Amino acid sequence: MMDFTLWDILRNLLIGLQWTLLLSLVAFVCGGIAGLLVLLARLSPLSAPRILARGYIELFQGTPLLMQLFLVFFGIALLGIDVSPWLAAACALTLFTSAFLAEIWRGCVESITRGQWEAAESLAMSRLETLRHVVLPQALRIAVAPTVGFSVQVVKGTAVTSIIGFTELTKTGSMLANATFEPFMVYGFVALGYFLLCYPLSLAAYRLERRLNVTA
Amino acid sequence: MAYQFDFAAVLQHSDLLLQGAAFTLGLTAIGTLLGVGLGIVGAILRAWRIRPFARIFGVYVELIRNTPFIVQLFFIFFGLPSLGVRLSEWEAAILAMVINLGAYSTEIIRAGIQAIPHGQLEAASALAMSRFETFRHVVLRPALGKVWPALSSQIIIVMLGSAVCSQISTEELSFAANFIQSRNFRAFETYLLTTALYLIMAIGIRQLLAWVGRRFIMGAR
Repeated sequence: MMDFTLWDILRNLLIGLQWTLLLSLVAFVCGGIAGLLVLLARLSPLSAPRILARGYIELFQGTPLLMQLFLVFFGIALLGIDVSPWLAAACALTLFTSAFLAEIWRGCVESITRGQWEAAESLAMSRLETLRHVVLPQALRIAVAPTVGFSVQVVKGTAVTSIIGFTELTKTGSMLANATFEPFMVYGFVALGYFLLCYPLSLAAYRLERRLNVTA
Repeated sequence: MAYQFDFAAVLQHSDLLLQGAAFTLGLTAIGTLLGVGLGIVGAILRAWRIRPFARIFGVYVELIRNTPFIVQLFFIFFGLPSLGVRLSEWEAAILAMVINLGAYSTEIIRAGIQAIPHGQLEAASALAMSRFETFRHVVLRPALGKVWPALSSQIIIVMLGSAVCSQISTEELSFAANFIQSRNFRAFETYLLTTALYLIMAIGIRQLLAWVGRRFIMGAR
């Protein structure tokens, strides 16, 4: 039996926090790239990719992140690949993030008025050119605030990966709570850690939203 | 060697799955009623800047919205006993859901209340409506009507989030799934069917809330 000083607890939680941060970044970047592909499918003039993208979004928005994690964790194992909690967590969170970002961005693209599309068409621009030069630059501006806002959900989502054994902040907290018999303090610190990551993002989203609304 | 799927091994426990699903729905129903109730109170205090409660609710909303649900749950279930507050796993799960939904619905409903034009309140007082009547017919129902879609989405998010309550041994749907896969070692099939059940429940709740909105809330303008 070893004794934990306050410093031991904080140091271990900081290590966990780093993994939370890293997983959030990976999920956000990979999810953003995948989300862009889902978005393009969702906006496609062909109906097959549109329906597929809609089903994809519906699936990930309508099921618990925990179940998505378990399915990826045990699903990759079925393929005969030895799966680490880190890989499963990164894959599942990427899928989850991509579905939500695609849906957020679709709302932004659809808020660009019809007239813009028609104007581009009358200039003989192709669909892709219209997207690239007319719609996306404007949609991107509108998308910044909700995208930053959603990053908070990604950071919070990483907490669930503790259940499949990925040692991030929550898992570190659970282990420390069991070892020290100080769950009140440890989970208080864990909550504080998430708050310190998320609150600046929330504030940034709120400020961006207000600033862009004023000028828009 | 190709993997042989065996869904029958899961389906023989379908009574456990359905019971778990019923518990999840029950948790969600209680959590929603109390959570939205808390949200209405918080929204009024915040929208009308009633001090010091507006401030207190402001801090509560930010604390809850910027921390994960599972940490809130663990804090309530494992942490509160240090203060002498010992809750059963059901009580802890419901309390966590109420506190979580309460914070989100405070902000959602507040946006609705603040979108009500001031002239509406003046019109109500010109019609000699009492404060309570004004609140009920002129403020609350139109406000709820405006934000009903956002509130519905949040309720579904809370239902899906309740899956992590299995971690404190609340016997809801994901607990049933964990139990079944520990018996038959068919983890993928078990979680696939469970996920499908969650999806059906999410779609069902969305339809139900849309109907409630059309029938009782949106029409009252």
